[in-house]
Amino acid sequence: MLFFNSAFAALAEIPALSSRVTDATGTLSQGEQAQLEQKLAAFEQKKGSQIALLIVPTTQPEDIAQYAIRVVEKWKIGREKIDDGVLVLVAKDDRKLRIEVGYGLEGAIPDLYAKRIISEVISPKFKQGDFYGGLDSGVDKLIGLIDGEALPTPSSTTSGGMGVMDILPMLLFGGLITGLILRSMFGTFFGSALNGGLLGGVVWLLGAALGGAAVFGVVAFFITMMLGSRGINGYSGRSGGYSGGYGGGWSGGGSSSNWGGGGGDFGGGGASGDW
Amino acid sequence: MKNLFSKIAVIILALTLTGCGYNKFQSLDEEAKASWSEVLNQYQRRADLVPNLVETVKGYAAHEEQVLTEVAEARSKVGSMQVTPEVLNDPEAFAKFQAAQGQLTSALSRLMAVAENYPNLKADQGFRDLQAQLEGTENRVTVARNRYIETIKDYNIAVRSFPENLTAMMFGYKAKPSFTVENEKAISSAPKVEFGDKK
Repeated sequence: MLFFNSAFAALAEIPALSSRVTDATGTLSQGEQAQLEQKLAAFEQKKGSQIALLIVPTTQPEDIAQYAIRVVEKWKIGREKIDDGVLVLVAKDDRKLRIEVGYGLEGAIPDLYAKRIISEVISPKFKQGDFYGGLDSGVDKLIGLIDGEALPTPSSTTSGGMGVMDILPMLLFGGLITGLILRSMFGTFFGSALNGGLLGGVVWLLGAALGGAAVFGVVAFFITMMLGSRGINGYSGRSGGYSGGYGGGWSGGGSSSNWGGGGGDFGGGGASGDW
Repeated sequence: MKNLFSKIAVIILALTLTGCGYNKFQSLDEEAKASWSEVLNQYQRRADLVPNLVETVKGYAAHEEQVLTEVAEARSKVGSMQVTPEVLNDPEAFAKFQAAQGQLTSALSRLMAVAENYPNLKADQGFRDLQAQLEGTENRVTVARNRYIETIKDYNIAVRSFPENLTAMMFGYKAKPSFTVENEKAISSAPKVEFGDKK
């Protein structure tokens, strides 16, 4: 790794985005991370805006602002077209931090507010070594500012992960297979009902409205009923992997394990500071 | 029958044009213009901050005439420039634009350096707010310039590579000027103040 860095004079690496709080330095305890994560997740659910925290050891050789813009260009936090993402970046060994504000929030969080949050809220606590406290109260301020802004209401199909429409073909295909399996296991009627319920549940998990998911489930039930009369026996092993993949993998909207950016754009707004 | 032939001819023509990258030039050209507008926007935003900044500094450091005049002059030079999208197709005008903005950049950074010597000025909330805005704007300028450079790179590669260069020649698409590195360096480090006794 060292050789790699020196050979190519590589820029600081950008950690993969998998949750709202990414700590590459081990500064925050598990519990603290979870608390921040929960706060940000609740806010995203309510308002739709995505706030992410990132703590790295250093951004050298780049300036923190240059590194931050590379991070948000890669992570794309905030909703597409609404561009309401915020990144709070801490370069611990450089003793620098930055709040990077998406295009859509430049009105809610003007540069000088971002600056004040850094110098008056976060930095004083960082100076005392209280990283969690600084980030926590900084996040509170950011949430307060964004909350005052009129933004489109969160719709579960655009927040984070994928919408139902994106994976409809996979749902139909997967539904066909699970339908055949369930029918061969539980008989035509119960198998079909189970399959309908299963698919309806998956759609609901993916963020569709309850009514829509119910309709989907009923339709799936009838389609499964009408499938050829013979079931398939040899597929059960595969089916386990398949439906399992759905539940954990694509329900990015609410769960913390697989959170992703929504496609928001940044233009360099925000402020930097140190402590 | 004749009608049919002309329709087919149109379709063939359309296909040929697509194959030669005509449509590609359309979209690349638009992208270049859009990213250029963003650069202009951010420069404008910076120029708008200058009068307030100068006034505030004057309140505490009126005798720093030299640097204040420098900033005011650079500001008025930037303001007097006619910047149209056509600047993109005119390397000379582009260089002039860049020089004028670069001059304002260095004048502003000198002004901020001077400000470091006045504790009362540094403590002024109005000045601190302006400073934060200036920093933010300089950063936006950097981002916009980098994106412009990226866009122009794609555009210029298309203009120069075969066979698109034939299309480019036919329709008069020329390579566009981009920002140079030394100037970028000056800009990206603009708001930073390197004084040994800062803290």
